[in-house]
Amino acid sequence: MPRFLQPILAVIAGLCLGLAVTWIAGENPWHVFKILCMGALGSPYDFGMTLFYATPLVFTGLSVAIAFHAGLFNIGAEGQLTLGALAAAAVGALWPQCPSIFAPLAAGFAAVFAGTLWGAIPGWLRARRGSHEVINTIMLNFVAAGLSSYITLYLLKNSETQNPETRAIGATYMIHQFAFFGGAPVSLALPLAIVAAFCVWFFLAKTTWGFELRAVGQSESAARAAGISADNVRIIALSLAGALAGLVGVAEVLGNAGRFKVGFSPEYGFIGIAVALLGRNHPFGILAAALLFGALHKGATALDLETEHVTRDLSLILQALILLSVCAEGLWSWMAKRDVSASGGTGGASVSASRGISTAREDARPTAKKPK
Amino acid sequence: MTGTFPAVELRGLSKRFGACVANAGVSLRVAPGTIQGIIGENGAGKSTAMKMLYGVYRPDAGEILLNGKPCSWSSPADAIAAGIGMVHQHFMLAGPHTALDNILLGAEPTRLGLINRTQVRQQLEQLSHQYGLNVDWDRPVEELPVGIQQRIEILKLLHRNAIILILDEPTAVLTPQETGALFHNLTQLRDQGKTILLITHKLKEVMTFTDRVTVFRAGKVTGEAQTSQTNPQELANLMVGRKVLLNVEVQNAKPLPELAIDVKHLNFTGSRSRHQLLDVSFSVKRGEIVGIAGVEGNGQSELLQAMLHPRDPNCRSSGSVAFLGHDATNWSARKIRQLGVALIPEDRHNEGLLLDRPVSENFALGLHRDPEFNCAGILNSRNIATTATRAIEEYDVRPPELTMPAGKLSGGNQQKLIIAREFHRNPKVVIAAQPTRGVDVGAIEFIHKRIVRARDEGAGILLISAELDEILALSDRILVIFEGKIVAEFLRGNLDETTLGLKMSGS
Repeated sequence: MPRFLQPILAVIAGLCLGLAVTWIAGENPWHVFKILCMGALGSPYDFGMTLFYATPLVFTGLSVAIAFHAGLFNIGAEGQLTLGALAAAAVGALWPQCPSIFAPLAAGFAAVFAGTLWGAIPGWLRARRGSHEVINTIMLNFVAAGLSSYITLYLLKNSETQNPETRAIGATYMIHQFAFFGGAPVSLALPLAIVAAFCVWFFLAKTTWGFELRAVGQSESAARAAGISADNVRIIALSLAGALAGLVGVAEVLGNAGRFKVGFSPEYGFIGIAVALLGRNHPFGILAAALLFGALHKGATALDLETEHVTRDLSLILQALILLSVCAEGLWSWMAKRDVSASGGTGGASVSASRGISTAREDARPTAKKPK
Repeated sequence: MTGTFPAVELRGLSKRFGACVANAGVSLRVAPGTIQGIIGENGAGKSTAMKMLYGVYRPDAGEILLNGKPCSWSSPADAIAAGIGMVHQHFMLAGPHTALDNILLGAEPTRLGLINRTQVRQQLEQLSHQYGLNVDWDRPVEELPVGIQQRIEILKLLHRNAIILILDEPTAVLTPQETGALFHNLTQLRDQGKTILLITHKLKEVMTFTDRVTVFRAGKVTGEAQTSQTNPQELANLMVGRKVLLNVEVQNAKPLPELAIDVKHLNFTGSRSRHQLLDVSFSVKRGEIVGIAGVEGNGQSELLQAMLHPRDPNCRSSGSVAFLGHDATNWSARKIRQLGVALIPEDRHNEGLLLDRPVSENFALGLHRDPEFNCAGILNSRNIATTATRAIEEYDVRPPELTMPAGKLSGGNQQKLIIAREFHRNPKVVIAAQPTRGVDVGAIEFIHKRIVRARDEGAGILLISAELDEILALSDRILVIFEGKIVAEFLRGNLDETTLGLKMSGS
């Protein structure tokens, strides 16, 4: 079946299961579904908020995906985006009179730089020390949280309020917000996200570095034998992943709040993993998946008010069910096998250990008979 | 055949995978207590037929009969229960686990829920004593040399009381002496009533060790004979469908004075292997083929590692490596490649190809930085496609489809793809490690011819192979490696297989 069909089916399956859950809870599932749709798309404001939630998800989804193409798991997008946002806010707060031509660029670069750094550290540790990036990125999330709290509360505190947030950045830093979303903060960060997706696609599919990155992700030993430095690729991959996550700082600080608020992120970094999975690690799939998750998030906010038995947490349930459906690899490959007439594709249930030294590839795959 | 039923009979077995017909009405009979050779090119359908016998695939049509009784399996477990065992060409062992655990995996003897390893150990000691298959039971399998891994695979079958043994290319990794020992064991097994099916491409072994031979081609059985009444040339012709050149004509070398490879006093300790190189020195001139003969696991992999990845921080090495006059001892792997050093890796699945990626990408692997395919960091996919198309046509890679994942090609075609890629740049230095392992006769002829042609065009070629015939046929000079040291050197025409075999085992 074509590649994009599986995620679509998974979404439908997840939605159906989730709505079935609401039915068990005592609500009319069709009613819930309508609330979700209206909440996500019902008015320019609603759609704008959907896009607003989707934009950071594009960045974190790309971040996770690019690391994944190199065979690495970036669980640290949350920390990377936190520091990215903090960096942008810090530059804006410390240098408020920066001319408006440079201001967003300067803050943007700071955000990317901070994110890159937070990705390069686990990248270097993995490359040079073999220390697994899953553990390091998760731990660095905590470090980033602590660091950003400290800097916000003690160094850059906004003295005008009790909220844990930094001083406002200069007005020249704010980027343009589109007017036709009824007040929803949809800024230039949205086209930036789309451009980023295109750039990531181009990088992976068309450039030499992208080729090497994917080769390392596919087979490190084959890449090494071909002269590719797996160490360098890993560092670059996680650095790029960090940079992409850092761009969330642009969306949040420059395009919305104008300051860094502790805890602003509703787990964008982790939902980015789900977005990447649903989008099959393809930049264009990630755009679609981010939009879907943004819609779910926004659509569910109305559930608290409009239903008796269902709260906004339904969005989490739906996300989880969709993810489970996407990840049901066994189900999909079973279905794919049934496509191939009558019986089995490559080797069925052979008595082999789950991780053989060299997996038994079908060596005698016969060639199709062509009339000469 | 006497009045008894054949131990194994296949009647009209057919199997297709989508549009590919793997087997079209395969029929064969194996008498009990015999060794039957099953030969054919890769892609001829012999592995598919055997896998149906072993329960990996279900036949689309036809019957399998054991001792006259029709059988059908839903999985290899059923076949194993019926007494059929198979040793695959690519081993099915769990690397981090010990030999003992690998053998009892799937047939654990339990007492009150705990695995009774002592019992298995005793049984295995007995088996290994009986058949002379010595194995270190307690080391992780991934640390053991390939020849020992194969013994473990065979012991797995014996431990499960297999009556019918299917062995798929078993002697790929053995010296002549070890091969002889293996067949001594198989003969013993046969004399005790076991039936053995030997899938192999080595015609000499078929002639020496089998009672009957079945030839596959293009999904059908094209010939069957009593071994004593046929000969290798006839079998090869039946396999390929045309007259095959079994021994490639090799003119005498005319080496140039320039040194393609110059290795001096190389000492090397790998990070994960316990093997070392001890004071290895040799050189390869341009225009000559130097063969390194040795059983796998005597330092060949370490030699490749030391020569091609000298800067790996996980390894300790000393000595010098020079290519084409340049001291490459501190160079990165990429720089060495850029110099014009081509590598045919010994493990094509793990080191030569990206199995899930299309043929076109695999063709570009390693060449992706060449100006031909790369313009300021952007890949020129059109160039890659046209060049790859021409290359796979020239090297007869089948099927000639650029978008097919490399993992779906047969072993011989995969190897030809790798060679097409590596030879594309007309390299002056070629390092070929086990270039024809698991490759069918037709492709072997092609690969050997290509290597010799490269030599005649001025390349210096280092050939590392466990296949003695190959070393003897192609090499102008032969070095024998044993336990990390070069222990002997011979010139072409100055030795025979027995002497070589003895040196390879250290005497």
